[in-house]
Amino acid sequence: MWTLEIEPSGPAPVAAAPGQFNMLTAFGVGEAAISLSGDPAEPGRLVHTIRAVGPVSRALAQLRPGAALGLRGPFGAGWPMAEAAGRDVVIMAGGLGLAPLRTAIHRLLTERARYGQVLVLYGARSPADILFRRELETWRRRLDVEIEVTVDHAAVSDWRGHVGVVTTLLGRASFDPANTVALVCGPEIMMRFSAAALADAGVRAEATYLSMERNMKCAIGLCGHCQFGPVFICRDGPVFRYDRIAALLRHKEL
Amino acid sequence: MDNQSVLTAAGLQALFDSLRRRGYRIVGPKVRDGAIVYDDIEGVPDLPQGWTDEQAPGRYRLARRDDEALFGYAIGPHSWKAFLHPSVQRLWKSRREGEEVAITPEPPSAERFAFIGVRACELKAIAVQDQVFLGGAHVDAHYRARREGAFVVAVNCAEAGGTCFCVSMKSGPRVDAGYDLALTEIMDGGEHRFVVEAGSAGGGEVLAELPGRAATEGDLAAAEAVVERTAASMGRQMRSDDLHELLLANLEHPRWDEVADRCLTCGNCTMVCPTCFCTSVEDSSDLAGVESSRSRRWDSCFTMDFTHVPSGSVRASARSRYRQWMTHKLATWIDQFGTSGCVGCGRCLTWCPVGIDITEEVRAIRDNPMERGGGT
Ligand SMILES: Cc1cc2nc3c(=O)[nH]c(=O)nc-3n(C[C@H](O)[C@H](O)[C@H](O)COP(=O)(O)OP(=O)(O)OC[C@H]3O[C@@H](n4cnc5c(N)ncnc54)[C@H](O)[C@@H]3O)c2cc1C
Ligand code: SF4
Ligand code: SF4
Ligand code: FES
Repeated sequence: MWTLEIEPSGPAPVAAAPGQFNMLTAFGVGEAAISLSGDPAEPGRLVHTIRAVGPVSRALAQLRPGAALGLRGPFGAGWPMAEAAGRDVVIMAGGLGLAPLRTAIHRLLTERARYGQVLVLYGARSPADILFRRELETWRRRLDVEIEVTVDHAAVSDWRGHVGVVTTLLGRASFDPANTVALVCGPEIMMRFSAAALADAGVRAEATYLSMERNMKCAIGLCGHCQFGPVFICRDGPVFRYDRIAALLRHKEL
Repeated sequence: MDNQSVLTAAGLQALFDSLRRRGYRIVGPKVRDGAIVYDDIEGVPDLPQGWTDEQAPGRYRLARRDDEALFGYAIGPHSWKAFLHPSVQRLWKSRREGEEVAITPEPPSAERFAFIGVRACELKAIAVQDQVFLGGAHVDAHYRARREGAFVVAVNCAEAGGTCFCVSMKSGPRVDAGYDLALTEIMDGGEHRFVVEAGSAGGGEVLAELPGRAATEGDLAAAEAVVERTAASMGRQMRSDDLHELLLANLEHPRWDEVADRCLTCGNCTMVCPTCFCTSVEDSSDLAGVESSRSRRWDSCFTMDFTHVPSGSVRASARSRYRQWMTHKLATWIDQFGTSGCVGCGRCLTWCPVGIDITEEVRAIRDNPMERGGGT
């Protein structure tokens, strides 16, 4: 896992909203969609967290300090920060899904007084896979935010925390479901289960938001790759209100 | 009407000459490799005179006509998208100097095409792609340059192909919009002639220069009869007014498994379809890593790579890929662009190696729909 800080050259970058993404190019290799994962209060620093999984992400991760990369963006619809104002906010993240939510968490904590309870529920595969661990520990010391981390599996010797899927954390959390906005990002299967668990807990589908991932080539609605039924995830998402895509999510391989 | 006149084959040659004088690159039908394809043409002698095409699902064959018609065929494997939205388009080049990289965008093409023999369904397909590339928040500069420069000479179909269903899709056989000049070829035993109608100011200007005569009532009636005969002899039919609801309510229909057993997922249907617009990008660089470039090329939702994400392909099964193709064409396209993605040209039937017939697939679902509640 690599976190890149990009210093823009050329025209001043358009301020990005939490949940938006950029298209990053490793010259000669290709381009990949990568979420902004930094603190939106520092717009001059474009922060991206990248998992090296294939040719482009590997090439981006291998860039040395000072090297040039290509950037287009920001793209897409982000998290509904304005709608969250005055309400409890439940954040559910799985794996790398914490990266695009990190921007939202920074925003919530910077403007802490605008929101009700703030809960961050995060599931990682193992203790070694926990992203932004130091930052999570710092946030945990605050009294005005609840941070819970669970792992799928761990040896007793190196983990004292929760074990199990992220949805198990929901039962323990205290918030007012009728007045909550939930932000969910992670593998699709995790988001399906999380959305269902949130609904069971009483959070309305209209107040639950998911960030979808698909193969993306253009990010501007022209290449067709990111179609999900009627929507283009690059243009209409990646963040969607759950009730708007719940019916689509019921179909496998759509 | 003074924007209609009658040309002979010699008059048609004058049209080609006039377009060439105006700087157009003339592209039209010609016989090559056993098919009628779109390619650069010089003039009337290049046209597929006396040829027609016999088409059925999975089958295409050229045949001689018993007359010398120039446009007496339906359509071949090519469509005009090959020129407006070419299969490979470079987007930019870059050059690295030290830690700096300079990017030079590919300038939009200055080429001005004159398309000869554009059918009604093809005009509709161009309008559909206009919506994709020009109708949204992001306009594609390459498409726009080629599209705005183009001069369109349409032809009313005198012969419906065996796989045509433009009447069902309300996209033909009469050309009604989007052309500069429209021809109707008349082979009624009298003089071999073309009724020509101008559809734009530019078309009117060209037409005024051509050695034609005014159209008579008889010419216009003969032209009308041609289109009516074609409309009455469609190779296929498909009810189209309820496809959006029908298909989206049947996303888990067993027919998708059945068609997936036959489908080779070769993607031919997407390559020949005049509205399919999907592309991928490819980057390449020189060995030293100094210069690199990005190109986009046609892609197809039938490939596994199309939906590749790090955990695998979203649409791994043939069932899901055929379903994506057909439901996109006939249903979700309407959500996205306000129009169907199918113009009823029949190419996907003809050029499918195993003869899968989209009209038949729709019929199978329509005749035996799933219980309510299966859809979105
Ligand atoms: C909105 C959004 C936000 C995202 N945010 C982040 C983020 O913050 N951090 C992050 O790390 N990732 C993020 N991703 C995921 C990231 O975009 C992908 O992981 C990215 O595609 C990785 O590219 P890659 O080249 O490294 O690997 P791959 O995706 O494996 O490969 C790249 C290309 O190579 C081709 N390819 C792959 N396998 C094969 C094969 N077997 N044969 C032929 N061709 C093949 C594919 O067609 C693909 O286009 C995000 C994705 C989206 C849509
Ligand atoms: S789906 Fe088939 S019939 Fe319809 S426009 Fe495309 S190729 Fe023609
Ligand atoms: S049918 Fe497939 S290839 Fe054609 S436009 Fe739709 S997604 Fe793209
Ligand atoms: S990424 Fe190209 S259409 Fe969405």
